[in-house]
Amino acid sequence: MSGLVWIFVSAMFVSNFTLAMFLGLCAFLGVSGKIATALRMGAADTFVLVLTSLAVWFLNKFVLAEAPYLRVIAFIVVIAGLVQIVEMIIKKASPTLFRELGIYLPLITTNCAVLGLAMIQTNKGYTLGEGVAFALGGGAGLTLALVLMASIREEVELADVPEFARGVGLVFIIAGSLSLAFMGFAGLFSAA
Amino acid sequence: MSEQTRLRVSASPHLAGPVDTPTVMWSVVASLVPVLCAAVWFFGPSALLVVAGATAGAVLTEAAFKKATAVRDGSAAITGVLLGLCLPAGMPCWMAFVGGAFGIGAGKLLFGGLGQNIFNPALLGRAFLQAAFPLAITTWPKTGLPWSSLRGDNLAFPFTSPQVIDGTTAATPLGVMKFEGGVGLPSVMDMLFGRTGGSLGETCDAMILLGGAYLVLRGLMNWRPPVAIFLTVAVFSGILHAIDGALYQGPLPMLFSGGLTLGAVYMATDPVTSPITPKGSWIFGIGIGVLVVLIRVWGGLPEGVMYAILFMNAFTPFINRATQPRVLGAATKGATS
Repeated sequence: MSGLVWIFVSAMFVSNFTLAMFLGLCAFLGVSGKIATALRMGAADTFVLVLTSLAVWFLNKFVLAEAPYLRVIAFIVVIAGLVQIVEMIIKKASPTLFRELGIYLPLITTNCAVLGLAMIQTNKGYTLGEGVAFALGGGAGLTLALVLMASIREEVELADVPEFARGVGLVFIIAGSLSLAFMGFAGLFSAA
Repeated sequence: MSEQTRLRVSASPHLAGPVDTPTVMWSVVASLVPVLCAAVWFFGPSALLVVAGATAGAVLTEAAFKKATAVRDGSAAITGVLLGLCLPAGMPCWMAFVGGAFGIGAGKLLFGGLGQNIFNPALLGRAFLQAAFPLAITTWPKTGLPWSSLRGDNLAFPFTSPQVIDGTTAATPLGVMKFEGGVGLPSVMDMLFGRTGGSLGETCDAMILLGGAYLVLRGLMNWRPPVAIFLTVAVFSGILHAIDGALYQGPLPMLFSGGLTLGAVYMATDPVTSPITPKGSWIFGIGIGVLVVLIRVWGGLPEGVMYAILFMNAFTPFINRATQPRVLGAATKGATS
């Protein structure tokens, strides 16, 4: 049990997908303008990551054991297909949930964070439970990064930012500063 | 025409108090003088060289991009002096200069200048130096060297790496805790008065507390974040110490080692990058305290004050929003008809 907690915390802070491994940057820079949208994006991200983790575990266990060279292509096809199907089911079953998450789902299916999770999970040989803990931690980390970025961006919107740095330029500076702050977590709990 | 000058139309506030920004900033600089003196006492001319390098980097960068009035308010000078005080004495001047320039440039000017930055510029400069020159920034000179000797290759030519002379470096108290299991840890009195290895301004906690007390008594400093940080670190490390006294250090060595005092008194109280509400200040301080103990005890680095404060700086806009006080007379949430 404590092993799962370490995996969760480590995926959320120490090897944060966005700020330590630089995965999923397009969503991090693109959908972090407002806190409300950032939260929804984070929720959708977490959802897809958990789904991916389950699918990858299944593929590794029953399909790819004999053909590891097919991993990348199998992951991409299966994850994208699965998310599309789930999106359709949500649209039909719960229009409210679809309005909350739905528009972000297609954005994430081809996200590098998702494929990154699939590859890391495979390389580390996580079991089903460990994989889900890793996906939940990674999703929580992405949400944290997105919300932090969004709250900072809402704040600097009122600031007197020099002309040349307005918009994406400043966002990159903020992302770099956040990443510097997350360097403090390096090696945290690695001895545990 | 005299009618016009007497009748001035402007936005509020219409009453100006005697305390303006330059007063506050230069008072902070003045309160740092004892800390700086202690640094010079313990680390000799090297202390002056490093602090001068960092201050020059910060002030010149500000002067290059802002009007002269922005430099005269003293905020860039504070950033430079604080950055210099949290660097080791053997640091080459040119690295300190680069740190000051980066802190002010990327940490403050790009956000629009004074009052609009998110991260503490001095700490951002130090985090940048830590990432760029990890070796130079963790080379701690030994105490007790001849006063007038340089404590390292301070005058290294820009963009060359400094020479390290064997036998002149020593572990800091936190390094001893982390990597040597606490064997040979200096006494708490030595830590309090600065006879230990460490960054320039962080070793003599007594002077830092003195400077902080002066600012608090004059009403120029928010006392809540440092008090929250000290209490949290004391309680958290006290609990760990009670669980296993051999494995975890007690509260006193935790409080008086490393950059905790300098960070808590001078960095966590930065009025720009810390929350504005009293409740937010407590949350901010407690968050820093918890992170400092976490990183020191279980992290890969011996010290975590800088990262803890930067991390909570990032949370500040969120905390400010979450702790917004209710407007007098307005309905509480959920109580509307």
